[in-house]
Amino acid sequence: MYKKLLPLFLLIAFIPSILQAGEVIKCASTTSTRNSGMLDYLLPIFKKSTGIDVQVIAVGTGAALELGKKGDVDVVLTHADDLEKQLVDEGYFIDREEIMYNDFIILGPTNDPVGVKAAENVLDAFKKIREAEANFTSRGDNSGTNMRENRIWAMTGAMPERSNTWYLAVGQGMAKTIRVAAEKQAYTLTDRATWYSMEDKDKLGLDIVLEGDPALFNQYGVMIVNPKNFDHINYQSAMNFVIWLTSADGQEAIGAFRDKLGNVLFTPNAR
Amino acid sequence: MLIETLKRALLLIVQLDPDLLEIVFLSLRVTCIGILIASVLGLGIALLLELRKIPGRGLIISILNTLTGLPPVVVGLVLYIILSRSGPLGFLGLLYTPVAMVIAQTVLATPIVAALSHAAIVATGQPVRDTALGLGATKFQALLAVFNDARYAIMASIAAAFGRVMAEVGAVLMVGGNIAHHTRVMTTSIAMEADKGDFELAIALGIILLSLSFLVNAALYGFQRMGRK
Repeated sequence: MYKKLLPLFLLIAFIPSILQAGEVIKCASTTSTRNSGMLDYLLPIFKKSTGIDVQVIAVGTGAALELGKKGDVDVVLTHADDLEKQLVDEGYFIDREEIMYNDFIILGPTNDPVGVKAAENVLDAFKKIREAEANFTSRGDNSGTNMRENRIWAMTGAMPERSNTWYLAVGQGMAKTIRVAAEKQAYTLTDRATWYSMEDKDKLGLDIVLEGDPALFNQYGVMIVNPKNFDHINYQSAMNFVIWLTSADGQEAIGAFRDKLGNVLFTPNAR
Repeated sequence: MLIETLKRALLLIVQLDPDLLEIVFLSLRVTCIGILIASVLGLGIALLLELRKIPGRGLIISILNTLTGLPPVVVGLVLYIILSRSGPLGFLGLLYTPVAMVIAQTVLATPIVAALSHAAIVATGQPVRDTALGLGATKFQALLAVFNDARYAIMASIAAAFGRVMAEVGAVLMVGGNIAHHTRVMTTSIAMEADKGDFELAIALGIILLSLSFLVNAALYGFQRMGRK
């Protein structure tokens, strides 16, 4: 019997893989751009026009920027404008361009026990959550969303402390954090794209309780790992990617993206 | 809701959904290559331990047995650090490739094959070898005889390793990166789809993974039975 199994084994193992013809770049990006289906939609269009294959590693913004700093990817697409600009200044990245935006929203239990829906703005909402000690799930992973959330907490006076049992740092992706919020009937800050992309969101018992505050604007930028720091960076193809994203074609493609329910998730705004 | 999702998951499988097939096939390829390498290495270690009187042999066997329970995330972490561009083997550019996943699975599988097949050889190795040599066999022929005698137990050890690394998620996620069409395998895909709430694909993959585990375990049982006869 084992004599028959071995050839089968070898066959599966060594069927020649379909070799990828042409250029390949690696891009570290955020779970919001992948889970919303944005990149699955956008990258084939880019490949068609340039022949360049973009391989995406979807992590939080903080992790994505680290991957870029270490040279494990060629290009990053993230949403933390201040930090991105700082890393360009420090020489880790070059050619930063802003390409699109969406916005953050606050989700909360459908019955909104703390009355965040009546809050005047996001700062007021966070204060209400804090004062009522309502459950709140945080990404807790140094992602772009987490950085924004921390900034808002800081504006309310201070970060929640370890002893605050209502503050739950999940340490995982956005979708997982929303799922924890659903189970714990907690409030959470999320980007709109991830929320819309959750196919079972009607069943989670969460609703948008606050949106539209200008403080919740969420800018996405793209930048290339500085080829001076590493020899292997595929600068030419990465540059083509950045140029295409900011071109009329790329911007039009971004603007035309709709999720499965027809929602607009990202708005192009390259200069 | 569960029944409905299950139905649609089965439909994906029956219709041979191309995305599903691609993921399953990549999983199989990575695991098969990993197991092939691990089998060669593992058997080599097992034979070396049995046939040469290496000093510190007891210690090596204990270490090997410990390594059969290597936590996959630790393997993933260490390989990640080594393979990253800023790590010692960064110049190879292997992080986030299928090759990195093969390496991770090889590291996880080798101790399992080595420890289990060594245990099998220990049971019968010495008398078989002595008999073969007594009958005038060359050293190499005696080695083959030992192998042949323990072949079912060795196959069982390989099946056990196969089952474990195929179902593993931590290490392949860390070094593979779950890149669509490139390093996305069954386990990493299930974790991601469940997060997205796309349970159809997740369940379809889960069913396939379970079926494969069943096949591997059936084979394992078969090998063990044959070995006892």
